[in-house]
Amino acid sequence: MIQQANSEKGMGFIIGASSVGTLIEWYDFYIFGMLATIISTQFFPEDSGTSALLSTLAIFAAGFIVRPFGALVFGRLGDMIGRKHTFLLTLVLMGGSTFAIGLVPGFKTIGWAAPIIVLVLRLVQGLALGGEYGGAATYVAEHAPAHRRGYWTSWIQTTATLGLFLALGIIILIRQSQGVEKFSAEWGGWRYPFWISLLLVIVSIFIRMRMSESPMFAKVKAEGKHSINPLKESFGNRANFKMVLLALFGAVMGQGVVWYTGQFYAQSFIENICKVNFVDSRDILLIAILLATPFFVIFGSLSDKIGRKWIIMTGLLLAICSYHIIFTQFLNLTDAAARRDLIDISKTTKSAAIATFDSKDRSKMLVSTHYDSVYTDGAVYSYTYVDTILLSKAYTGNTNAIAYSLTSNSSNTTSDSIMVTAKVIPGVSFVNGITNVFAVNKAGKPGLVIEKALDRSTFWKMVFLVAIMVVYVTMVYGPIAAFLVELFPTKIRYTSMSLPYHIGNGVFGGLVPFLGTLIVEFTKTKENLAGDPLAGLWYPVGVAALCLIIGVVYLRNHIDEDVLD
Amino acid sequence: MNEIKKYLGILWILLSPAIVIFLFWQAADKITQASNATRANVTLQWSIILIIFIPICIGLAIFGYYAFKGYYEHLPESSTEISD
Repeated sequence: MIQQANSEKGMGFIIGASSVGTLIEWYDFYIFGMLATIISTQFFPEDSGTSALLSTLAIFAAGFIVRPFGALVFGRLGDMIGRKHTFLLTLVLMGGSTFAIGLVPGFKTIGWAAPIIVLVLRLVQGLALGGEYGGAATYVAEHAPAHRRGYWTSWIQTTATLGLFLALGIIILIRQSQGVEKFSAEWGGWRYPFWISLLLVIVSIFIRMRMSESPMFAKVKAEGKHSINPLKESFGNRANFKMVLLALFGAVMGQGVVWYTGQFYAQSFIENICKVNFVDSRDILLIAILLATPFFVIFGSLSDKIGRKWIIMTGLLLAICSYHIIFTQFLNLTDAAARRDLIDISKTTKSAAIATFDSKDRSKMLVSTHYDSVYTDGAVYSYTYVDTILLSKAYTGNTNAIAYSLTSNSSNTTSDSIMVTAKVIPGVSFVNGITNVFAVNKAGKPGLVIEKALDRSTFWKMVFLVAIMVVYVTMVYGPIAAFLVELFPTKIRYTSMSLPYHIGNGVFGGLVPFLGTLIVEFTKTKENLAGDPLAGLWYPVGVAALCLIIGVVYLRNHIDEDVLD
Repeated sequence: MNEIKKYLGILWILLSPAIVIFLFWQAADKITQASNATRANVTLQWSIILIIFIPICIGLAIFGYYAFKGYYEHLPESSTEISD
């Protein structure tokens, strides 16, 4: 009989070898997202509807459609030819496509071929990611001793977080060493993270080649009991299909939304709704993740003692009950009105007004004024007020003259029109001069852009709050691999667990930012132009609540001692 | 508990078409509201969402049906109960 238990040393190698590959796959997946702005500039033409379509496909299709397909394709392979060779294949596909993205010439060089090639390579990435996780989790779980399965598989769960760190670390390092301009050039430093992937993948392949096949799968195959048609046996067999549905609706869909809310939507909310600057919001997230990451292993290990179900359900319950409280705190901590008394007037500055024409409608002039409010506790809130001024007729002056400095702005006493005297700043072939532009009125309320640099106290309070949400992530995500592995038989495990996992995370989780923003849009009215900023939370809270009810009622708190069968 | 599982099954069966109708309504609303410049992109986004969520909702209805029929009253203790 094949021994299920392995020495701690042997498990260390298995975990290391499995995790490195999964970590690299996450790294590959993240760098595309982190460099999305540069990628769209390099590969997609500006102001093109087709370009926007391709860009949408690259983001949506790779995340939502292709990942579950990858789970089916590679899950099937993994149950037929074995875990080891399948996740070697996913690694090669992921690494190869990532490296290739770094080699594709820009739109300026090869035209429409550039975005199409990038789209295809991105789809291959999504496909490979769909096949990777199930293989790694299955492989580790099938090696782990029964009483430590939650502990050992929880290491796999940390790879998504570590991949994020690796991607961010490499990008920051290259950008700081090269400078922004060189980094963003057509063949600049932004391509290096893609090329580095090849190196990482070669190392990982070398490590994985030394691994043996999962003992359980090897036994099943040696006895001729492996599945001939894993898809049919997984989804055509009611006894198994009902467990696939239970895994999805009773655990993974809730886990997916809690994960994406804690690690992705929170940052988006802090940056876009609270208007905290990019550097602070990124640092808040990274420190919070770093502080909370050990809890993956803690909760994975705890699940070996008290079972998987109640840890996952507690994580869901805490998230449902506290999301509104935590996100309200984000708003309160960064509320400018509440901090009015702390403004240091002596340090607060106001820039000269700058006026520019609307690029598409030259009968509109945009006048912007910049303020830096400095607070006694060290915070700096920057505001840019933008007034739209409707001109009596479209300006037909030299198109090279793109910027105007507002020198006077006086109300006309006879009507609601105003007169703007603008000093023309020279373009390429334009002479300095003064232009009088007659405006009919100011249109609507001024636009307001705010960027907030936080004081240290607020910064650390926000780190604490995000860390709490990441701890919820560790509660639902830490034990999930062991939970899924124990639901399904060895011969169809790879297929059966991969599909609910990638639907739960790719679809339910991946849609949190999109649907969250959409729900906020629903709440916008003429009286309340900003809408309810917390309304976006109803999607993750609703899905998590549904999952909690199904999980509590239908799941069993069971640790399967024997996953050999 | 088994009775609760059964009755909740009806709720899941009803919830499934409700979600699909809501998604279609939202898709139509958002596509209609979109400007000419963004309409194709918004249509693509919602098409992908519908393509993905309709099978999931069918899955929820099947889950509800299984629950109503009592298939979740007993969960398998061993993989042999699933395989055979």
